[in-house]
Amino acid sequence: MESASVRQPQVVKSSTRIPSAWGQLLGYNVIWATVLAIVGYIVLHKIGDTIGAHSVAETGSGGSDQDDIAILMGMVGAILGWIGGLGFLNYPVSRILGRPATLREREEHGAWRYFRLCTDHKVVAIQYLVAVLFFFFIAGLNAMFIRTELTSDNATLFGAGNYLTLVGLHGTMMLMMMSAGILGPLGNYLVPLMIGSRRMAFPRIESLTMWLTVLAGFILLAATLLGGFPTGWTGYAPLADEARAGIDAYLVSFALIGVALALVGANMLVTVITLRAPGMHWNRLPIFVWGMVTTSILAVLAAPVLLAALIMVMMDRSIDTTFFVAAQGGSPLLWEELFWFFGHPEVYILALPGFAIVLEILPVFARKPLWGYRVAVAGMFGVALMSFMVWQHHLFMSGINSNLRPFYMFTTELISVPTGMVFLNAMGTLWKAKIRFTVPMLFALAFFFNFLFGGLSGVFLSDVPSDVLTHGSYFVMAHFHYTIMGGLVFALMGGIYYWLPKMTGFKLNEKLGKIHFWAMFIFFNLTFFPLFAAGMLGMPRRVSNYNASLHTLNVFVSSAAFCLGASMLVFLGNLVWSMVFKRERAGDNPWHSKGLEWQLPSPVPVYNFERIPVINTDPYQYGSPDAPPVADFGPRVVAGQAGAT
Amino acid sequence: MSTSAATAGGAPRHGVRIAVIWAVATAISVPVMIWVIGPHIPPGAMSNDTRDQHTVDVVLATLAMPVLMLIWVYFAYSIRYFRQPEGDVIVDGPPDRAQPRIQILWLVVTLLMVIGLATYGTIDLLNDAGLGGGEGPHPLAVPADAKNALQVQVIGQQWFWTFRYPSYGGVETPKLELPVNREVEFHVTSVDVIHDFWAIELGVKADAVPGADNTAFVKPLENGTFQVRCAELCGLWHGHMNTTGRVVSDSQFATWIAAQQTKYSTITKDLPPYSLVYYPQPVRNG
Repeated sequence: MESASVRQPQVVKSSTRIPSAWGQLLGYNVIWATVLAIVGYIVLHKIGDTIGAHSVAETGSGGSDQDDIAILMGMVGAILGWIGGLGFLNYPVSRILGRPATLREREEHGAWRYFRLCTDHKVVAIQYLVAVLFFFFIAGLNAMFIRTELTSDNATLFGAGNYLTLVGLHGTMMLMMMSAGILGPLGNYLVPLMIGSRRMAFPRIESLTMWLTVLAGFILLAATLLGGFPTGWTGYAPLADEARAGIDAYLVSFALIGVALALVGANMLVTVITLRAPGMHWNRLPIFVWGMVTTSILAVLAAPVLLAALIMVMMDRSIDTTFFVAAQGGSPLLWEELFWFFGHPEVYILALPGFAIVLEILPVFARKPLWGYRVAVAGMFGVALMSFMVWQHHLFMSGINSNLRPFYMFTTELISVPTGMVFLNAMGTLWKAKIRFTVPMLFALAFFFNFLFGGLSGVFLSDVPSDVLTHGSYFVMAHFHYTIMGGLVFALMGGIYYWLPKMTGFKLNEKLGKIHFWAMFIFFNLTFFPLFAAGMLGMPRRVSNYNASLHTLNVFVSSAAFCLGASMLVFLGNLVWSMVFKRERAGDNPWHSKGLEWQLPSPVPVYNFERIPVINTDPYQYGSPDAPPVADFGPRVVAGQAGAT
Repeated sequence: MSTSAATAGGAPRHGVRIAVIWAVATAISVPVMIWVIGPHIPPGAMSNDTRDQHTVDVVLATLAMPVLMLIWVYFAYSIRYFRQPEGDVIVDGPPDRAQPRIQILWLVVTLLMVIGLATYGTIDLLNDAGLGGGEGPHPLAVPADAKNALQVQVIGQQWFWTFRYPSYGGVETPKLELPVNREVEFHVTSVDVIHDFWAIELGVKADAVPGADNTAFVKPLENGTFQVRCAELCGLWHGHMNTTGRVVSDSQFATWIAAQQTKYSTITKDLPPYSLVYYPQPVRNG
């Protein structure tokens, strides 16, 4: 809004000076950052080694790979080197020293901007998307290894220790990347476009969260070099206290994600509150933006708790505090409480963006307004609020005060009411609709099919007597894969098929997309539905050794899982094929959407809107020929507005 | 939605059709769930806990059927009948945005279902069901004959289970045998990290937490064997932390426990005194 006149001169100044290739290479970028991260690790590891040797009495068996002070300090060094090498420290340091800040990140052209600090929210979003998909495929590959190991009822292939590391890497990486997976790429890309803004509120913080996410992914992978970690993604405390150095990588990377989540949430909230275009009243906000707002509230409130808990474990491990050591007044249950106080909102950090995407996609391909807009918003807020009141259902069997069980059973079941509202929104939108079966629509509809199973199985888990059987078993595992993979990942895929034409200007191949969808949908269900049965028949989670009677079931599931993995290769193939080899121009509005973002050219120009638009109406004016266009773009009409139907 | 569906001029009454299909689907799926699938839902009928859990699971699965069918029928019907043929012509649907009556109806129905479920679950919890889940040191639900319960302490340890019978001289054995038709009171604890004692066919599951006493009750009703597995990730050999327990007659149990007392007598006198909780040695990894 106010930024239009202030920023225009800077644009001209910075875009006239594009450094040479050598200048680009030597400037602040990911290569420089990698070098500095490695140097930082080595230097601070050395210092930490010295401190550790002199300050903390060695009571154990010793061994250099167990020197947690050195390793944790080395990782701090790596983080500082990384963000320094990317140039994040320039601005604050210059300001502290009273010098004028050099803002090299203002470059707007060329491929190099994808490898450095860039404050264009569209560039950050595409960096995010590539990073998230990269780690998503690595974590998916780990899942394939897990299923390979489980074709045998005894740990014969990788061995028990490596198997647990695979489980931990798969779980932690998926959770980390998927919690950033929609806020990061789609949220950062679309929210400014949808609210009529030229940028996010804090562009440098936006870029920082993206680079921290990348670093977190690589630090987590470094756990394999430090001996792996045996705790899974939950990192339960006494086990984490005694585990070998690989767990330090888990702690640091998860902490980085915690910081990134809190920052990305705060940035999103401030953006939506302060940078809406004139006329973008709260009741005209697209439902996707509401989804990002509620997710951000969860991220801002929940992630700091995780960060605190992780630092407590780091201190337990390195300087011998006793937060979680039962014999010295600590409590192993404290970790569970803190972790799940973060962990359950985290589950909805993973679910709400899925709701947001499918409710945004449905009206476009049903050619109807979103049915029950206010209720959908209320439902999302209801989910966000309730998600802080249910965490003890993760502790139903832990020996918490059993008088609390009825309360947590009730709140857990109550959360299905706002969730049910989302189903009502979908049903109302589909009523007498003119449904078009595009790939995004297929994913959106499959979301409801899958999420229904996730929700109904959740009722079993919330009911304490039933939970006695299913707690900690493959039933739980199937349940949350139905909500996270069947829900969020299907929504993410739908979102990618839907919005990638806007982000890149090229359409994904429709035929390959349909093959991808059907393979993924069928094999997803064939993989995870039998696991409900496996859990009820007595298969605990995270075991590499299970009862021989479950062998056939597991071989079946593994076969289906491999096909599910193959369907992901179809997606990857489609992505490469359609974006690199066989590019097909999407046009500005290939889906004939009425959304604000689709009235812009594809790909979106650097400064989004030539003039800040004035919003006339909400973006769901389907079936109302007399309705005004979604926004008034001013006298100089942006190309593509005519594409609206 | 459905109220507006009653169009006069020959157009199909979609709401009525959906309602009829849904009623038929529910009328078929509910009995199938109760009488065909229901009996096969684990975990069998070996103890009072598993019988309760089985009942609860059948009730929940049956209640889920109308919901499942409503969503399936509605979505399938919409996809079938509200589908727009492929083509370049984009046709918009009717611009209806919301009907407060339907939203309120939906809200009330889902709320009532949730309150009903929570009430059922709570009553169930107060009346013996859920006794098998770890209730901590102060159980909410205690069985009627808890006074005469056989006390068994379950000690989790990386990576095996030890069972201590305090009423039999505190003998510790790696085997778990229980007499049939007698209330058993488990006290689950751990000496290192968090484990979870899961006696699958008995319907017992309780976390083993160092320094904490977690109680669970069960009354085995049939002779036979049951699996014991660890259901909480506890490190390297988590998947191998299992054993097989047996439910036997009173006399067999008496013989067995006497044999254990003799077998382990030399060890028993060196054991630490019986305690509800044990604390691990402070771990210093370095």
